[in-house]
Amino acid sequence: MEAQTLSGGFDNPAVQSSHAFRNIMEAMARPGQIHEIKGAEPPAPLSIAGGTVLLTLCDTETPVYLAGNADNDEVRAWLAFHTGAPLTGPSRAMFAIGDWKALMPLNAYRIGTSEYPDRSATLIVECAELAASGAKLRGPGIKSQAALSLPEIRAFQSNQALFPLGLDFIFTNGVRLAALPRSTEVA
Amino acid sequence: MYVAVKGGERAIESAHAWLAEERRGDTNIAELSLPQIREQLKLAVDRVMAEGSLYDPDLAALAIKQSRGDLIEAIFLIRAYRTTLPRFGASRPVDTGAMDCDRRISATFKDLPGGQVLGPTFDYTHRLLDFKLAAESEVPDAPTREVSSGAVPHVTEFLNQEELIESAPHDDTPPPDLTREPLEMPADRALRLQALTRADEGFTLGLAYSTQRGYGRNHAFVGELRIGAVTVEMDIPELGFAVEIGEVTLTECETVNQFTGSKSEPPQFTRGYGLVFGQSERKAISMALVDRALRWEELGEDYVGAPAQDTEFVLYHADNIQATGFLEHIKLPHYVDFQSELELVRKLRREAGEEQFQEAAE
Amino acid sequence: MTEYNFAYLDEQTKRMIRRAILKGLAIPGYQVPFASREMPMPYGWGTGGVQVSAALLTPDDTFKVIDQGADDTTNAVSIRSFFERTAGVATTTATSEASVIQTRHRIPEDALTENQILVYQVPIPEPLRFLEPRESETRKMHSLEEYGLMHVKLYEDISRHGHIATSYAYPVKVEGRYVMDPSPIPKFDNPKLGNMAAIQLFGAGREQRIYALPPYTQVVSLDFEDHPFEASKADHPCGLCDATDSYLDEVIIDDQGGRMFVCSDTDYCTARQAAGHKGKDAA
Ligand SMILES: [Zn+2]
Repeated sequence: MEAQTLSGGFDNPAVQSSHAFRNIMEAMARPGQIHEIKGAEPPAPLSIAGGTVLLTLCDTETPVYLAGNADNDEVRAWLAFHTGAPLTGPSRAMFAIGDWKALMPLNAYRIGTSEYPDRSATLIVECAELAASGAKLRGPGIKSQAALSLPEIRAFQSNQALFPLGLDFIFTNGVRLAALPRSTEVA
Repeated sequence: MYVAVKGGERAIESAHAWLAEERRGDTNIAELSLPQIREQLKLAVDRVMAEGSLYDPDLAALAIKQSRGDLIEAIFLIRAYRTTLPRFGASRPVDTGAMDCDRRISATFKDLPGGQVLGPTFDYTHRLLDFKLAAESEVPDAPTREVSSGAVPHVTEFLNQEELIESAPHDDTPPPDLTREPLEMPADRALRLQALTRADEGFTLGLAYSTQRGYGRNHAFVGELRIGAVTVEMDIPELGFAVEIGEVTLTECETVNQFTGSKSEPPQFTRGYGLVFGQSERKAISMALVDRALRWEELGEDYVGAPAQDTEFVLYHADNIQATGFLEHIKLPHYVDFQSELELVRKLRREAGEEQFQEAAE
Repeated sequence: MTEYNFAYLDEQTKRMIRRAILKGLAIPGYQVPFASREMPMPYGWGTGGVQVSAALLTPDDTFKVIDQGADDTTNAVSIRSFFERTAGVATTTATSEASVIQTRHRIPEDALTENQILVYQVPIPEPLRFLEPRESETRKMHSLEEYGLMHVKLYEDISRHGHIATSYAYPVKVEGRYVMDPSPIPKFDNPKLGNMAAIQLFGAGREQRIYALPPYTQVVSLDFEDHPFEASKADHPCGLCDATDSYLDEVIIDDQGGRMFVCSDTDYCTARQAAGHKGKDAA
């Protein structure tokens, strides 16, 4: 096995994942707010934040879709070794990771059912930039208004229109992340 | 002057110390050892393993000692422990056809290949207190005989050969796992059986009994009841074959139930199934009856509103650890909610009083 | 036997709970099924809240546990010591110092901040359960937004009593979509649910459900135009700290049935007394 496969995981999983989760949770609870998470050192092209989200949330029970250039031998081996998550296509994925273009089209993912809207995919979008500016956000978790540099606007508006069904998004860049649940109105 | 009650921490510590003292009882009396419990209270150990969903007689004995013989408390200790255990994999399905039977009886055939084996049963004991047991006693050796072979065929197989009983085709679909996924309705038979095998013995017995008295009657015969050890095997992918990792004692009950038939299917007997850790006939038979009652839909029977036919009712109330926890939680302080009820009742009474007063005045 | 993992639960279980929490936050008020584990305390005694807390605590947290508003009720003491032992977290009784507060039946009087998380222990998460005992039916009702039964029940109360006869676990509607059970808090606490700065998480262990209210979520107590919702409490000041804005417990103080009213939130009351406020029954 490659050295890179074995390394780059949490060296204290219980504690590191607890910190990582808290930041992911804060991000999901407060759409648009930018948080930092660390702990994983995944193979390229994954970011530290993207890799840390995978280590924190994925295991043998969560099918993962590696989109575009996120799908390479190093990433596959690293993810298998550290999480055991089965790889799958978009239609069965609970988590998907890749850049925005590679993750398209959004209608390929599960959006939940009317009785179980939670059975929907979470997309981890690797971004070239991440800033608290751009699209205007309103909704649960936001006091009056927030802003986030989203890759586009229309897609998130249609996703919000599906509420309570829909996809949830985590945007990553380096060690930083922000989130956008289906409940957020985007303008 | 009023001072709020403090010192919950100290009260809890003292209660625990008192509990430990009570558990030990009179120190002039010899303390129970775990092997004594494991060997001499074996049926209690078996029940704790079955409803605790963990096959480990020594831990079950410890739990019984710690719980002062309160078996539901012991089951709780085992359940809480088992959730902390890492999961290395799943065994292959055990083969009860290859069971090394200590007991094997059929109520449907007088004699059959493999014979009727009574085994260590209370069935024909006269329930008279045996005062000799009050003193320590030597137990004479039980007589032994040669047994023909290990494997004994299942009784239902004989019926199956003639197609007199519904077939139970082999199915390799991985069953859902009640301990890893939230219970969801509708529940398929594999999930129902999983819930029933760890269900409270008393609850299962009561439900089964209710079917016999007409609440979803299904005319069950004990086709076969067998108790004995089976080997547990696990596939080791690295080796490419299965290895034996141990042995468990099981009680299996297959009931043969009143035939059904439809326009497309000729009349056939149907099946109920019970399988329980350890020696627990009452539970295994009860489970088979309840299993059969819950199958009304797939067999095209009528829903007559019997509790034993109601999957949600049965599965959501069969677990004694859930039930006892929620039942006993009403011991916890509820004075906040009670206070809000108190205010409401006072207000409603005050208003009712005012109305009466007004009516009287008019 | 070996040591237990940080915060007791194994990592796989925590991941399962964490995923449920995130979906709960994404769908405010919707009950996410989760594979609740047997905990070393009984079902009905806070296993849902304990599992949620265990999944989110970090070693840097300061943890507070209240039951009926008080830190020193026995079950609160028991849960607090469980996390002291298994997670080694700092604990406090001061609401303002806590980063995570686990509660049964109350929301603290002091407004919570953005740096805090409130974890509720929930016995019956389904607000429609006592109108319809079947999970398969209530799930359908939520999916269709079919809440007429609930309104009928509340209105029957009004026609019989002149008031809605629900005084605790008073149902709310979240962001105009899901009707949610706020756990058995007195309806006095209902107005604090909405627009709260802190994250609110609800855990029901035996019933295997997690749900959530993100900060600043719109939460409306169900009512009628001609019978608007009213948060009520005993009409007295606190006998110890003289507060008039806090929820009160009634305490019987002598054999003649003499009674006094004291804050149910013990930290709030203590802090007020320390600041010099004095009620008529204080020493
Ligand atoms: Zn006070």
